[in-house]
Amino acid sequence: MAATTTTVPNAGPVSGSRSFLRKLREGDEIARIITFLFASTVVLVTILLVFELWHGSSLARHKFGFGFFVTSVWDPIAGDFGALPFIYGTLVTALVSLAIAVPLGIGAAIFLAELAPQKISDTLQFFIDLLAAVPSVIYGLLGVFIIVPIMREYIQPFLKSTLGFLPLFTGPAYGIGFFTAGIVLAIMVIPYIVSVSREVLLSVPRDQREAALALGSTRWESTWKVVVPFARTGIMGSIFLALARALGETMAVTMVIGNTPTISASLFSPGYSIAAVIANEFSEATGDLYVQSLIELGLVLFILTFVLNGLARLLIILTAQRGSEMGRT
Amino acid sequence: MITRLRYRKFVSGFMLGMTGLAAFITVSVLFFILGYLVYHGGTSINWNFFTKLPTPVGEAGGGMANAIVGSAKLLFLASLIGVPVGFLGGVYLAEFSGGAIAFVVRYAADLLNGVPSIVIGIFAYALVVLPFKHYSTLAGSFALALMMIPITLRSTEQFLQAVPGSLREGAMALGASKWKTIASVIVPAAYRGILTAILLALARVAGETAPLLFTAFGNRFWSPGWEQPTASLPVMIYTYAISPYDDWHRQAWAAGLVLLGLILVVNIIARAILARGVSIPRT
Repeated sequence: MAATTTTVPNAGPVSGSRSFLRKLREGDEIARIITFLFASTVVLVTILLVFELWHGSSLARHKFGFGFFVTSVWDPIAGDFGALPFIYGTLVTALVSLAIAVPLGIGAAIFLAELAPQKISDTLQFFIDLLAAVPSVIYGLLGVFIIVPIMREYIQPFLKSTLGFLPLFTGPAYGIGFFTAGIVLAIMVIPYIVSVSREVLLSVPRDQREAALALGSTRWESTWKVVVPFARTGIMGSIFLALARALGETMAVTMVIGNTPTISASLFSPGYSIAAVIANEFSEATGDLYVQSLIELGLVLFILTFVLNGLARLLIILTAQRGSEMGRT
Repeated sequence: MITRLRYRKFVSGFMLGMTGLAAFITVSVLFFILGYLVYHGGTSINWNFFTKLPTPVGEAGGGMANAIVGSAKLLFLASLIGVPVGFLGGVYLAEFSGGAIAFVVRYAADLLNGVPSIVIGIFAYALVVLPFKHYSTLAGSFALALMMIPITLRSTEQFLQAVPGSLREGAMALGASKWKTIASVIVPAAYRGILTAILLALARVAGETAPLLFTAFGNRFWSPGWEQPTASLPVMIYTYAISPYDDWHRQAWAAGLVLLGLILVVNIIARAILARGVSIPRT
């Protein structure tokens, strides 16, 4: 060390390198570099994932172009692939699931955040956390053996006899199909909506509620006209989060959707979804174009969930910030 | 005026009652799931289930020993890959970095966390299965590890940041270098939280099926070593559930009960530890 200081006249960089060497000897620099390497692995893997999806689908992207998304032929033998039925199935099941999960989830969140005493709220939240931990294949199992028969025997005939004039509820009741998949998805995403919405509702400053109550509103009016609008963006965030989950969900949907590429106005019709077709056909796909078309479907799914997750996080952060700002002033 | 008030009070009570009903329905789903699994699967769980290989169709008996061992191997290797990356990456985020790099790492981790599991499967297929030219335990573990990394990383970071600054300053004041402070003061102070977070991450990937379909694939027999296709509980549940055989359906229920039982037990233990000691991080 002494030798280096005497040979180099300029003092600035030397003292810098000396402190670097000292840090190296004490292990700080080594620890920093090692942990940095591991942290950068995460970034690297993510970049690689995007690259693989993009690169792995280049053939299909070039051959079909935008037509991939608007044609509905899926013929592996002729080498003709169109993704419309799968995209349609994914969107329809996700929308059905949201139509059920949003009112239920937000209702439950309101109960947990506004009404229930702390202890009950925490206990119920604990059960909801457990519900979120149930693997999707278990939901699929219950879907196949419990929900599908119930749908076929009771719910679908009932809906047909009461709301059968709508095109949504026509056609034979197979039990499997868009509607059943949507219901199973709804059960799966409710815990996410409840957990996030509850957090967001709890972050609404107390004086908002008190002001509403002091002006003579009922408990429900203060909740629905003051607290919920205040937390609106965050609740929207939780819905986007749930939507992203529902779009990417594979196993449970594969097991109950029927796996037939159809586009039908009827919710009772069997269908197919992006994730389901990848799950069913990827390991058996022969030929580059077939595999690449499936990877392109994966890319579509990735982009959809990426955008939705980003939006969701932004909305949730915005609400949390607004809550803490209001709380401070 | 009075009727108007009465109406508003009625609406208030009714809607609040509805929210209670919504909460009740949501939570009751958990007990329906458990009830059905115990009802249908309870009778099929016996000693054979844990010790025997699957039998051919039509032959009674048989079990899922290979799937149970396969799942254990997959999880073991997945944590061997995922935990160091997640943990050390989390240490870097909490202790060494600031600004742009940390933002990029966090962003990448959150992005990875949101990727649908089936897409993770495609990625692991392209990266591990294609070069090796066959399905393997290794490929399945890699896919599961990818799902563990972001969870471990973010929770490690959060638990380390929750350690009071006074501990850090105390160690530094005694002359400890930074990494020594981290290794002997900060990490030990946060290890309980980190450990439970890793347990929760394990419980989450233990039930993942989609990323295993074309990485670990499946196997009706034992899978020695790490480079052969292996059976796993979730994939076994899937294949048995969609098969047309009653006997397999019973086994699927039993496997579902075992899998969910393990996952819930781990979750309850982890959450109990967290509730007692440190605050639960928001992931």
